Amino acid sequence: MGAWFILIPLLSLMVISLFSQKQMKTIAFWWIILLSLLQIVLAIAVNGNFWNGPFPLINFEIFADQLSRLMLLSIGIVLFSTLLAAESWIQEDERKFNFYNILLVLLAGMNGIVLVKDIFTLYVFLEITAVASFIIIALKKERDGLEGAFKYLIFSSIATVMLLTSIALILLVTGDTSFTGIAAGLKASASSPVISLAIGLYLCGLFIKSGLMPFHGWLPDAYAASTSSVSLLLAGIVTKTVGVYPLIRIVYSVFGFNSPIQNVLLLVGAVSIVFGALAALGQNDFKRILAYSSISQVGYIIIGLGCGTPLGMAGAILHLFNHSIFKSLLFLNAGTVKAESGLRNMDQMGGLAGKMPVTGATSAIAALSTAGLPPLSGFWSKLAIVIALWQANYHYYALIAILASIITLSYMLSIQRRVFFGKLANGLENIKEGGLGPTLPAVILAAIIIVVGLFFPLFINSIIFPAGSIL
Amino acid sequence: MSKIDLIILIAMILTALWTVMARSLLRAAIGLALTSVIVSMMMYRLNAPLAAVFELSVCAGLISVIFITTISLTQPLTWSEIADHAKRRMRRFWLLPLLVIFTAILVLVSGVNFSLPLPSPEVEGNVRNVLWNLRPFDLLGQIIILLAGAYGVVILFREIKSK
Amino acid sequence: MIYLFVLLLLIIGLYCIFATFNLMRLLIGLELMIKAVTLLLINVGYSNGHLGLAQSLVITLIVIEVVIMVVGAGIILGLHSYHKSLNTKYIKLLKG
Repeated sequence: MGAWFILIPLLSLMVISLFSQKQMKTIAFWWIILLSLLQIVLAIAVNGNFWNGPFPLINFEIFADQLSRLMLLSIGIVLFSTLLAAESWIQEDERKFNFYNILLVLLAGMNGIVLVKDIFTLYVFLEITAVASFIIIALKKERDGLEGAFKYLIFSSIATVMLLTSIALILLVTGDTSFTGIAAGLKASASSPVISLAIGLYLCGLFIKSGLMPFHGWLPDAYAASTSSVSLLLAGIVTKTVGVYPLIRIVYSVFGFNSPIQNVLLLVGAVSIVFGALAALGQNDFKRILAYSSISQVGYIIIGLGCGTPLGMAGAILHLFNHSIFKSLLFLNAGTVKAESGLRNMDQMGGLAGKMPVTGATSAIAALSTAGLPPLSGFWSKLAIVIALWQANYHYYALIAILASIITLSYMLSIQRRVFFGKLANGLENIKEGGLGPTLPAVILAAIIIVVGLFFPLFINSIIFPAGSIL
Repeated sequence: MSKIDLIILIAMILTALWTVMARSLLRAAIGLALTSVIVSMMMYRLNAPLAAVFELSVCAGLISVIFITTISLTQPLTWSEIADHAKRRMRRFWLLPLLVIFTAILVLVSGVNFSLPLPSPEVEGNVRNVLWNLRPFDLLGQIIILLAGAYGVVILFREIKSK
Repeated sequence: MIYLFVLLLLIIGLYCIFATFNLMRLLIGLELMIKAVTLLLINVGYSNGHLGLAQSLVITLIVIEVVIMVVGAGIILGLHSYHKSLNTKYIKLLKG
């Protein structure tokens, strides 16, 4: 039954391509809104038996546990926000139609990534999502967009070669490519240099795809050079689905936690947190500072994963969900500011809070949640990660996480001060608030942050610990 | 490992070196096609005829056509500039054959020998069976990515003439 | 023995990607690396006895690689129409 979530976007794309653009414009928009709402509702409401049931005629092997359902929920929420925002941001009709069609391919690819249980099929859907991302970054065919898309292509393909080499070596030793087969095979012949090489190559490939330091070369350019709707998608869900989710799934279910893997994860996570935050301090471009902030927050997720304890896993998964919500909100507001004023350089902005009240308020909520202030949702996930690190005797890493939170608070407050507070900059007197398209999802996302933060003690036993401990 | 295999593999490395160090882009694309042909021959020697024919028809055919088309559409340099540029780029690339020979000697001399317990051979040995019955997800993935590629071609290649 | 040649082909492809200033050669180097991985997969299948699985993986891999090359060539054509050259010394507009 879960295979329908991959087949329906594919079939919709085929059907939409049969008719002309004029007939299909509004139908395409409302159909994708319906699909994303359906995905949100089904991810929350229905349990595992619905997803794992057999598919008529063809033998698709779907596997959806709590983590996959959480990812499906995030995909649905970010897709919904992107659709509403893109409806008013993209001006040309033809580009809007192409955007919606590639969005269907992206949806099929991302749903596929979170629903498979085979390492090679995971690679196939990773490539589908990557190809759709290249096309969607280059959609406007401006100079910056094309260059960012090409840089992403080269880095992503080098990561793909690493992943494939690792899959070939794993195939040599285990003779199987499904997750359970590989896990059994790796346990049988545990410590040989071929396996260590394969695991190391696989982890490096996924580090490049998630944009962790020192493999982050493509990320700030791709995020900053794409149009507002595309950077919202990329930062909100695509990088996490393509890089971070496979890391969590493979390290937990296939490779298992042993000491070298944990050390590598902790080290890479800590480097990303610190250097991402430091690099964000010196930026003047609104989108670039948010891109470096994304690198830093993904470092938190990896350091929580490297901990190895159930509390660390729960904190990492919760931070994954929180990050997709508040980073989408931040990029949504950056896009609204760009659409209304045409500016991305923060030195030229100032005092927009008076003119754009909704954008200013929701941006403040997202900024405080990123920095981890109580009682917003970001506080709980960071607290879980820090406590898990302390309990596992990684005291230095816990201190690094706390200190980096202070740096995060400082650059987030500096964004707020430079863009929204202060006196109104020249030339910005005629700005008005963004239309219903961008502001409605902004309000919804901010409400999710506040609700998850306030009602966290209720969620903690029903959703988070099961997701963290059993997967 | 018979002598024929060794000759094929050394020929593969030689054509790959020629592809990388060739002066003009057109020769590099032709070199890529030649390398694909030799890799396809090696795959046939390893008892993989279906994959060999796929590699031959797709990589040595389709990708070479795409590359040569792109190179022909983007050929701005005059012939004197190409000759000039060729002298400079040799300075960067002369290291490569030495690196290749050095790595080969290093690996052969150190005599690494991985003796691994190999898993049991598979029960169903037929590619068609595996691809259509056991791995339908991969086929679905191929269909999706081909559609995405077709869409990408329509979007990316469309407005080139109007610039 | 074949593993050695696969490693050499990978080194050649990687060197091509890092030492070139031309966008087209980046794609050619990438293509060489993917060919090396294809040969590695078939060789693994041969020594393992799992040739059916390895061949179907290789067939899927070749299809995906063609689509990536086509999209890459499309982006290069778009970049060329802006800059009139394929030299990365002139195309490095984005910093960071």
